[in-house]
Amino acid sequence: MIKLNSNVPEGNITEKWSNYKFSMKLVNPANKRKFDIIVVGTGLAGASAAATLGELGYKVKAFTYHDSPRRAHSIAAQGGINAAKNYQNDADSVYRLFYDTVKGGDFRAREANVYRLAEVSNNIIDQCVAQGVPFAREYGGTLANRSFGGAQVSRTFYARGETGQQLLLGAYGSLNRQIHLGNVEIFSRREMLDLVVVDGKAKGIIVRNLLTGETERHSAQAVVLATGGYMNVYYLSTNAMNSNATASWRAHKRGAAFANPAYTQIHPTCLPVHGEAQSKLVLMSESLRNDGRIWVSKKAGDTRPPDQIPESERDYYLERKYPAFGNLVPRDVASRNAKYVCDEGRGVNGGRAVYLDFAEAFNRIGKDAVKDRYGNLFDMYQNITGVDPYEVPMQIYPAPHYAMGGLWVDYNLMSNVPGLFVLGEANFSDHGANRLGASALMQGLADGYFVIPYTIGNYLATEKPEKANPESSEFKEAEKSVRDDVKKLLSINGKQTVDAIHKKLGLVLIDKVGMSRTEKGLNEAIKQIRDLREEFWKDVKVVGKGEELNQTLERAGRVADYLQFGELLAKDALNRNESCGGHFREEYQTPEGEALRRDDEYAYVAAWEYKGPGESELSKENLEFTNIKLATRSYK
Amino acid sequence: MSDNHITLKLKIWRQENKNAKGHFDEFNQKVSPDSSILEMLDEVNNKLEAEGKIPIAFESDCREGICGTCGLAVNGHPHGPLPKTATCQLHMRNFKDGETLYIEPFRAAAFQVIKDLIVDRSGFDKIQQAGGYTSFNTGSAPDANAIPISKTNADLSLDAAECIGCGACVAACKNSSAMLFVSAKVSQFALLPQGQPERYDRVQAMVKVMDENFFGSCTNTYACEAECPKGISVSNIARMNRDYFKAKLCEEKVEG
Repeated sequence: MIKLNSNVPEGNITEKWSNYKFSMKLVNPANKRKFDIIVVGTGLAGASAAATLGELGYKVKAFTYHDSPRRAHSIAAQGGINAAKNYQNDADSVYRLFYDTVKGGDFRAREANVYRLAEVSNNIIDQCVAQGVPFAREYGGTLANRSFGGAQVSRTFYARGETGQQLLLGAYGSLNRQIHLGNVEIFSRREMLDLVVVDGKAKGIIVRNLLTGETERHSAQAVVLATGGYMNVYYLSTNAMNSNATASWRAHKRGAAFANPAYTQIHPTCLPVHGEAQSKLVLMSESLRNDGRIWVSKKAGDTRPPDQIPESERDYYLERKYPAFGNLVPRDVASRNAKYVCDEGRGVNGGRAVYLDFAEAFNRIGKDAVKDRYGNLFDMYQNITGVDPYEVPMQIYPAPHYAMGGLWVDYNLMSNVPGLFVLGEANFSDHGANRLGASALMQGLADGYFVIPYTIGNYLATEKPEKANPESSEFKEAEKSVRDDVKKLLSINGKQTVDAIHKKLGLVLIDKVGMSRTEKGLNEAIKQIRDLREEFWKDVKVVGKGEELNQTLERAGRVADYLQFGELLAKDALNRNESCGGHFREEYQTPEGEALRRDDEYAYVAAWEYKGPGESELSKENLEFTNIKLATRSYK
Repeated sequence: MSDNHITLKLKIWRQENKNAKGHFDEFNQKVSPDSSILEMLDEVNNKLEAEGKIPIAFESDCREGICGTCGLAVNGHPHGPLPKTATCQLHMRNFKDGETLYIEPFRAAAFQVIKDLIVDRSGFDKIQQAGGYTSFNTGSAPDANAIPISKTNADLSLDAAECIGCGACVAACKNSSAMLFVSAKVSQFALLPQGQPERYDRVQAMVKVMDENFFGSCTNTYACEAECPKGISVSNIARMNRDYFKAKLCEEKVEG
């Protein structure tokens, strides 16, 4: 059992962070340059952390497997970033953002972390504007806001549909400045393949140079992981092709607890799978649900084109089941119901897609008004599908999108391995069982710009500046294990490609550990994943050599980790005998078919310790809700 | 969605490393019109891997046209023949059954081939490191609404800031000039009050590093704008030239 101490400071929730900042130990400015910090990943969390730690005077080594830090998948975020500025004078506040986030997370997040997130949200917007991020503005020159994801206030800042790009490029600029000043050294095309732990503390990493295949040892006094989420475990997801869980998983194998892996967000408005060759799924902003109506045929296996299915034979199932919220129900509810109607064979042509129809909006406000609001999304849809959505209703289907779970961290964002910090989507802390729209960008930047620069100092202040010796046995052992893994993968020489096995894993997971889960299905999934893992190590074919650029080998290592992680994901879902947020167990629902949370038994963070392949031990961090009363979400 | 596959003849550039001599390999590939060109390459690679052969090295990441990782020249056009479309967004329904496709890496002196279709674009990062930012330390920013910015300028700034750093402009240019790329970043800041304090230093620093990294001169052919997947305008180049000349003409550092 791991001892999990959240280290949440004492005091009133509104004062915790201020008081804690004052009580922290500081590193003397002249001593900061004696401390080396490794930051892995250069997305919003990693780039903002590396830049800010460089500004403070630490010596930072930043790592990315991309050719440039700017490619990280934060860049693809469309919608926006939340902040409690209350610029719209619509009664928003830090407390309201805190409240909405805890409630939206279905009461499975840690209150103190969420409050701090809401508190620093305003600083993020100030910082980004100072960096020259061209946010949308009103004619008077002030910043524009919109309401997003069903929020009752307009607190979302945005830059067209490219908010993630603009925020990442802002952080990338700050990072570049520190590289230019010599405070940050950037290591591109390096993939972290192991964490080095010396005397129980994180002291370095082993990376593989993706161009040459050489392994490298890097030593530091602290390691910061900002390596994103694990949703590519499903094979098809909205994540980028290279997004992977390997850095997190290898840290987990070295002792870091993995928390709440079963909390997965499956986004309702994505393009359906077009065929066997599909490599990833594309998300369209859920703002489409503001004017689009979702429906399927009342009849199973209906192959008539949509214009030949009369109104009386259509089922607008969200409007029917949730008359108050209709098509605007939260992401998890919308996704689950799409799955149900398709399971009944009522999807488009009996397949896995539902209609998102704007005919009513065309009549109500006209095609031009619809074009004004959603023109770029309609263009995107037509470009990808070749179908004109002004003439034929769109087809959509949910897709794996965001991981709320991740490595366990305390209030300092430090894992249970001292010296290992985890930021952004890679940690578990702020979104509970369900993330609200426009909150991912907020959390990544909060962690990187405004939390880690303080908390890492508090840790380093008690550390000696001597670095661990990269020639020590711990480094050598870790490097050897990385090299042995590579050799093993290359020596199997079986018959199946890496992608073929990854696809099989994805199908098991999306079917049994996706939007809707059962005890029976999860037990089957665990067995199937174990079999697949065996199949992989007996029959995978990895061509090429280890000492060269070898993309197949890169993918093979990631899929090997997914084959272990996937089992933990299923186990966590099996352990959690309740439904909450993105985790829905069919056995636990209200008579109306809604998620049934079981707060008496499951108001805890499930943190798993690695005990060998397929073996994990559960530790629990109990969650206390002292500020916000536990309540049931209702969207009827 | 449709299942009427087409068959294409692919001539794909293979080059083992930067020093090796390259050549075209030929493949006949049946493909769904709904697949993207990268998904077609995935299929070619899966077949190669299953046969124990070395797959074609190419890069991609987001496959949504925003990360700038992918970049292939298709029939001589960076990102292929469609305007304002990144390689990953190029779908096979835009090609005819039986057509021949030449797929090559981005060609430019500043972009050395690493392997097959992967090139080294690190020169772009070096230029950005020289000045592609405002020098604001975290925590020192005033309230975000303290300085109003006209909607027109904010929109123009965002038009420029949409650059995805893919390098198509360089590959399209007969001189391998990076002027569109550099001017996009220079313009983004030149249009905003936050960019003013370093405006003239920035343009000089970025142009200097651009020149040092084998990018050629601009001779106003506008091939860059025509091939840019984000439609970045050449008017940014004009704006950058104005700032650059102004900075150079005045001996002391000028303000505004």
